[in-house]
Amino acid sequence: MSKRVLLRGNEATAEGAIAAGCRFFFGYPITPQNKIPEYMAQHLPEVGGVYLQAESELAAINMVYGAAAAGARVMTSSSSPGISLMQEGLSYIVGAEVPCVVVNMVRGGPGLGNIGPAQSDYWLATRGAGHGDGRCLTYAPYSVQELYDWVGKAFEIAERYRAPVMILADAILAQMMEPCRLRPRAEPPPLDKPWTIGGDSSTRHRNIINSLYVDHDEMEEVNRRIQARYQQAMRDDLYYVESGADDPEILVVAYGISARVCETAVERANQAGVRCRLLRPISLFPFPSARLAEWAAQVRRILVVELSMGQFVEDVRLAVEGRCPVELLNRTGGNVVTPEDVTTKLLDMAAERPGRNE
Amino acid sequence: MREELFMAGTGGQGVLLAGQVLAQAVMEKDLNVSWFPIYSPEVRGGTTTCTLVITDGLLGSPITGHPTTMLLMDGRAVDQHLARIAPQGLAVVNMTLAPRLPSLPDVKIVTIPATDIAITLGSERTANMVMLGAYVALHPVVEIDELAAALDVLLPERHRKYLQLNVRALQAGADAAQQAT
Repeated sequence: MSKRVLLRGNEATAEGAIAAGCRFFFGYPITPQNKIPEYMAQHLPEVGGVYLQAESELAAINMVYGAAAAGARVMTSSSSPGISLMQEGLSYIVGAEVPCVVVNMVRGGPGLGNIGPAQSDYWLATRGAGHGDGRCLTYAPYSVQELYDWVGKAFEIAERYRAPVMILADAILAQMMEPCRLRPRAEPPPLDKPWTIGGDSSTRHRNIINSLYVDHDEMEEVNRRIQARYQQAMRDDLYYVESGADDPEILVVAYGISARVCETAVERANQAGVRCRLLRPISLFPFPSARLAEWAAQVRRILVVELSMGQFVEDVRLAVEGRCPVELLNRTGGNVVTPEDVTTKLLDMAAERPGRNE
Repeated sequence: MREELFMAGTGGQGVLLAGQVLAQAVMEKDLNVSWFPIYSPEVRGGTTTCTLVITDGLLGSPITGHPTTMLLMDGRAVDQHLARIAPQGLAVVNMTLAPRLPSLPDVKIVTIPATDIAITLGSERTANMVMLGAYVALHPVVEIDELAAALDVLLPERHRKYLQLNVRALQAGADAAQQAT
């Protein structure tokens, strides 16, 4: 096994992309993700790649669109306000059916907000990709190692579905350092695919990459094709991890940095005699609704922990469909929930004892 | 074993680097470690903190509401943070810049004249390493020579000439902590 190196989440994300064969990065600076473009600027030239700081997020996402249309492994990264600016381009990328990876290191919002950690772009990520019926397949790593690993998987998923994939993390995961095991850097896959544009009509088929469908039936067909891919992702690229008691009375549901906090809290609550289990979705869209429904029929109560006013909890409630009470513990605006907060809440919930069938 | 170490000071005092040096040394011992910074936008003079969690098992939360240990570089850090140390916690305080301390019956406080020691060694800026040396003397998660090896990895080329000075600061901090307890 390779030696561990101490890396920031941002650095691991950038190196993970390079290791996965990403050779093109277009972006515009914004805290707390600036170490990603900084790392790309320094290291992409080593592997013959292109780093380009665009004049704006709008330009960056459209450069991503162009490189993706040519079949390149390409990514951009930004943080909340910058991701808002990229929504139009993302919608075009969905409509044109080209793959790319977009990293969002979420900061406090709304508006310019602050540079603290937040999870308040959950809807923007899982419902986003701008206007129209498109969405971003969204994955939420929870450690520096997972950022490194998942950005690589994100390229494979994006190419499998010819769709944008969002890696959703936050200011803590972006800036914290942890040991990370690195793989050798892989070569990018060939540019030429049946749908890509290469600019040489004498030697190859001609393709058109576009998101304009004047014919209503044709547009509808594109929409149905895109939705079918999401359904396939629900079957083939759904990821979640569980830990804790096998026969829980309380199920804790959290993703990303909140799941890290909950891991410690669930361990402490179990030590205090409250049987708890943590369900941590890594894929946020597709969402593990069926698994949640199974647990909802068995546990007394569910606790959702998130760093937003209650976005992720809505997906949990949609999956639970009233089978058991779902409570929310949250902080926002750059503030964090601590393991002590979650442990106290779990002990209180266990002591109150109301719940299903009571 | 789970150690939750919180370090706080003022931008420019080297709180983040001291935390990174410890994290690097801990990683080399095949323990798990996280280092998580919070700092204000000022280049110098803002508040700066970092939290390290060190464990021999699953790391879990890199965030803690009540750190088990605090290294506090100045009076502002003491005023802002000491009250939320865990019961029976250990606080190492730079008494050169934090001469007055609140009385906390449940907390072990070790005072080190870190800035004075650093000035004697030749650079006020090594007070961070004096504090780190004091910490590992009190809580031997790594040895001084392991911190020195971590510094060797982390110091950028332009600062390599300060390596020995920093190692002397680590040792001076360890000596001061042993005298203080």
